[in-house]
Amino acid sequence: MDRAALAVSRDHESVKDVYRGLELPYLVVHSSSRDFTVGGRSRRRFEGGEVNMSKNALTRRTVLATGVAAVMTGASGLLVPARANGLAPTRTMRGGANNYLPNAPIVERIGGGGFWMTGTVRRAGDGTPLPGQRIQIWAHTTEGHERDAHSHGATLTDANGEFRLEMPQIVPAFGQAHGHLAYDSEDFKTVFLRPVMASSSDTTLHADFVLLPV
Amino acid sequence: MNKTDRRRVSGPLIWAALLIAVAVPITAAAFSPLLAWREPIYIIAGFAGILGMGLLLFQPILAGGYIPELSTRSHRRLHRWVGSTLVLAVVVHVGGLWITSPPDVLDALLFRSATSFSVWGVIAMWAVFGAALFALTLRRLRLKWWVWRLGHTSLAAITVVGTIIHVLLIEGTMEPVTKVLLCILVFAAVGKVLIDLRVWTTQTRRKLKS
Repeated sequence: MDRAALAVSRDHESVKDVYRGLELPYLVVHSSSRDFTVGGRSRRRFEGGEVNMSKNALTRRTVLATGVAAVMTGASGLLVPARANGLAPTRTMRGGANNYLPNAPIVERIGGGGFWMTGTVRRAGDGTPLPGQRIQIWAHTTEGHERDAHSHGATLTDANGEFRLEMPQIVPAFGQAHGHLAYDSEDFKTVFLRPVMASSSDTTLHADFVLLPV
Repeated sequence: MNKTDRRRVSGPLIWAALLIAVAVPITAAAFSPLLAWREPIYIIAGFAGILGMGLLLFQPILAGGYIPELSTRSHRRLHRWVGSTLVLAVVVHVGGLWITSPPDVLDALLFRSATSFSVWGVIAMWAVFGAALFALTLRRLRLKWWVWRLGHTSLAAITVVGTIIHVLLIEGTMEPVTKVLLCILVFAAVGKVLIDLRVWTTQTRRKLKS
């Protein structure tokens, strides 16, 4: 336990700094008030040198952190993979990729609009919102079939990892009123979604992406 | 059901009832707003499906010999004709959908579709093809009569149940009330003929013997 990973902080960024270099799985403990982040990305040791418990004075921080680390070691052993404690990546839905036309252009809106496709894009594990991600959207609408090129369009997520694209009203096709969305770019694993509208008279449809880095 | 019971309802009345039962849902579907946003081939595929559903109502009536003025021979001949048309309607239905959206139909045929109703549709399709194959090979198979009938009616029953679930789960051009009514009629007609003909009796006797 002499090189044990130790720290508890309410500050997300500072925790990352402290934990840069710790041999510990990533873990976010959710509390009622706010998140306590414990642990960090795996590296061999502290960049500033090894922690030597025998030489260092016993500070409140080390005591607290040792305790947390001990708990975590047990917890991470029981809860493998440790990543399961974080946000799981969204899995591609059945039929999600049907009638996909790669590289749909980024557009102001698809066709005449009147219907809103909305959603969020976050990173798996820590759930960090991902800005500037390209989401491709297509559906059977009042203006065309899924296979028609003009039924396809793409948009980028904003600073909060949110996207919304106006498009024509989705109408039931192949037995369900549904839309298609794709994340198919370089940085993360490709995901195809096929959300179904609760009612075909809805004028919005929402889809959330949690992406896994490649 | 005895002969006097059967004669209570006249042939033309049964025909009229059957035609109305099938024509009303088709007419209602013809007014569906969804048609405005579909290509002709998709519309044809959809209506072939509705027609197939309607033909399912004729089959048990003909199989049971329920039309008084019609001879047994005519009943059987009509049952074959309607059956052939039904198979053709299913082929047009699936073929038309294939042209409209190949990946969706491929998913359905491979039982990996996102929608459960397509699984039921595909089950019903294979069942109706099987029932038709049984009908075609009636003489060649040299099966015992009860085996043949049990095979054919089992496949027919699977076709009907699969189709009803398929139809009820779909949000398509069929108008909801007429759709449910047609499903009830088809289910009732098939149930009645299976009970009237006691399709299981020979098997039971056979099992008891052995």
